[in-house]
Amino acid sequence: MIKEGKKLIWQDYQKEIAGDHFFYVRSCIRQTFFPGSEWAFIKILKEFLHKDLYENPAHTTCTGIGYHTDVVPFDTTMTVAARQFALMTEAGYENLIPSCITSFGLYTEILETWREFPEVEARVREFLWKATRREFKKPKNLAHASDVIFKFRNQIAAQAKYRLVNKLTGEPLRVVEHIGCHYAKMFPSKGVGGAEYPYVLTGMVESWGGQVIDYPERRHCCGFGFRQYLVQANRGFSIACSKKKFDSMEPYKPDMIITNCPGCPMFLDRWQYVIGEMEGKTYGPDGHGIPVFTYEEVAGLLLGLDPWRLGLQVHQVSCESVLDKIGIEYDPDEKYKSLDGKDLGRPEVPSVLKV
Amino acid sequence: MKNFGFYIQPDSQIDFDNNNRNLAALVSQREPSFDWCIGCGTCTATCTAGNFTGFNFRKVALLVHRGENEQALQEVEKCMLCGKCNLACPRGVNTRNVVASIQKIFSRYQNLVY
Repeated sequence: MIKEGKKLIWQDYQKEIAGDHFFYVRSCIRQTFFPGSEWAFIKILKEFLHKDLYENPAHTTCTGIGYHTDVVPFDTTMTVAARQFALMTEAGYENLIPSCITSFGLYTEILETWREFPEVEARVREFLWKATRREFKKPKNLAHASDVIFKFRNQIAAQAKYRLVNKLTGEPLRVVEHIGCHYAKMFPSKGVGGAEYPYVLTGMVESWGGQVIDYPERRHCCGFGFRQYLVQANRGFSIACSKKKFDSMEPYKPDMIITNCPGCPMFLDRWQYVIGEMEGKTYGPDGHGIPVFTYEEVAGLLLGLDPWRLGLQVHQVSCESVLDKIGIEYDPDEKYKSLDGKDLGRPEVPSVLKV
Repeated sequence: MKNFGFYIQPDSQIDFDNNNRNLAALVSQREPSFDWCIGCGTCTATCTAGNFTGFNFRKVALLVHRGENEQALQEVEKCMLCGKCNLACPRGVNTRNVVASIQKIFSRYQNLVY
């Protein structure tokens, strides 16, 4: 497509993103997959951008995984979401920012359902009142955490110590951006750039000096797909999706992948190991794989946060190649040490994928 | 190689840019009734060869239309050309001649396979 045409389409899919006073709800699975990402997000917003962000420790899962695997009914899911809204209302906030793409999609789905069917909203308000004696106001602004980083991408770039540029060649790093399906595929108008041309990560990469790669399977799912993965026998469908993406992006020689969803970095990262073990195939140069990052990890790295504090040692594909290209200083001896300096031990070395 | 309890599903995407769909056009040229097929499967239900070999005329028609010619050739080799499917077809497709045409075209244009 002609670039001017893309810009016209993007104009139709601009969303309002609140600028301050955020009520933050965490993701259940990111805490274990990429524990440094949410820490980095809060640190960036509070310490680098000086924004007001509040999170209530009493908030719970959005039930997204249970909902999408058909084990949690929609009425229950809506009531749980209503409880999160009630916590937000009680704390005096109106701008909800979920960390998780599935939570974002689910809250959007719930709010749209209530807009279409006000009687459902009334029923859920009654459920919540009977169960917890709570009332709530609907969020004035609902944006995903990546939307907020997108909104402040230029301020982050202005404060950054590094850029997404190869320090030896001066060339921009070649970046694959991967958007979570629940970000805009369900409600295109709720994502920056819509479902076909989401701009949220592209905008970050461009502002931070990198070059986004366009490749045939760019909009393909990572393969998480809940039911595809949760049932062991179905995991072949899940890994096939990731493999399709890797096969498609490989000729374009990406330096790294950036994602904005809890599941995508997990599967694009871990499946590289599994594909290696099952088929002997690796992607990226010299069998080291293509490093996968969350957008908070990339923002944190560029702002000068310590790679190991960001949790890059829990990635399956080693991230050192990207750190070296950008010129980020790090201590390899600190990689497997805890915050108080204790040795965390070494993970088992894969037989095919090089680390 | 490790066994994780599942295997990577092969890609089932049909790439029309790479597939050679000339075979479908040649078959239709030789046997115009091939275009009347609605894929109902009556031919397959009545097929004697299909009872023993897994031959499936409906599958052959689909493969030919998709341009998956190598698989189509493997399939038609199983046909005994008995013609029972011809009698059963509610659309009057000359199925026997379709199979015979595919075999003849392949023997003439071997490069259609690839």
